[in-house]
Amino acid sequence: MNWGSAADFWAMGGYGFYVWGSYAAVVFVMAIEVGLLRARRRRAVAEVPRK
Amino acid sequence: MSSVSVGSRSRPGLFWFSSPQTFFPLAGKMTVWFFVIAAVLALVGLYIAFFVAPTDATQGESYRIIFIHVPAAWMSMFLYLVMALWAGIGLVMNTRMSSMMASAIAPTGALMTVLALVTGSLWGRPTWGTYWVWDARLTSELVLLFLYLGFLALQAAIDDPRRADKAGAVLALVGVVNIPIIYFSVQWWNTLHQGSSVSLTRSPSMAATMLTGMLIMALAFWAYSIAAALHRVRSIVLEREKRTEWVRELMAQGGLK
Repeated sequence: MNWGSAADFWAMGGYGFYVWGSYAAVVFVMAIEVGLLRARRRRAVAEVPRK
Repeated sequence: MSSVSVGSRSRPGLFWFSSPQTFFPLAGKMTVWFFVIAAVLALVGLYIAFFVAPTDATQGESYRIIFIHVPAAWMSMFLYLVMALWAGIGLVMNTRMSSMMASAIAPTGALMTVLALVTGSLWGRPTWGTYWVWDARLTSELVLLFLYLGFLALQAAIDDPRRADKAGAVLALVGVVNIPIIYFSVQWWNTLHQGSSVSLTRSPSMAATMLTGMLIMALAFWAYSIAAALHRVRSIVLEREKRTEWVRELMAQGGLK
């Protein structure tokens, strides 16, 4: 186990900003992409001419 | 042998899934599976990354960025090669589905490149003292981002989808030359970026648990990328084939379930 406490964990040995900033960037970008994928699907479905 | 002619559609073969109509339902099932695989691998990988892998002797905890930086950088290069491969097949074999795969991969590849650059710069600040430096590795990765964006912009600028496919394929194939430049940049030029910690010819220069965590995270990114590309390609199929009988039939039957 690397961490003595939760505060230890969030501090990341003083590199918290860089480590959590990186992981937040990944979560943010993937959330955006999934949102864009869903929006594109909705639009594509809506544009199919109905019989 | 029956002499009754069976349509090419009912005879699975090399080109079976090159038809949008046959690939569409398969892609739907695979999307779900790959999102699930990505989530499971990410949970395992993150557990190893933060609770199993030890603190690095020289970089302290800042090295934990490696568990997302290297997977994103690998995927940025790998997806470009796969995109160029599908674009090339679409160009040579004139198969629509291949070209649609190339178009579906490009946005995910661009996002992986952005992530490689952002996480790299957040790692560079504590280790090198700067967010950005114009050295060979970083600059060639930035060129990769512009290649993805160029591909997307070029395709968006051409109205006829098949002409857009062909123009995009030429750009994608020319841009492949950048991939070995990125990969070998740390050997060819004297750069600030460290050499690779993992290679096919040497044993890895990192602790086993660090390596395991990184490889599992790489597989998670790989599964996520496949899922995202397959989800997108189904939308592209719908956009391009919306006037065909099978798409309208599918919608009349209740949509995409």
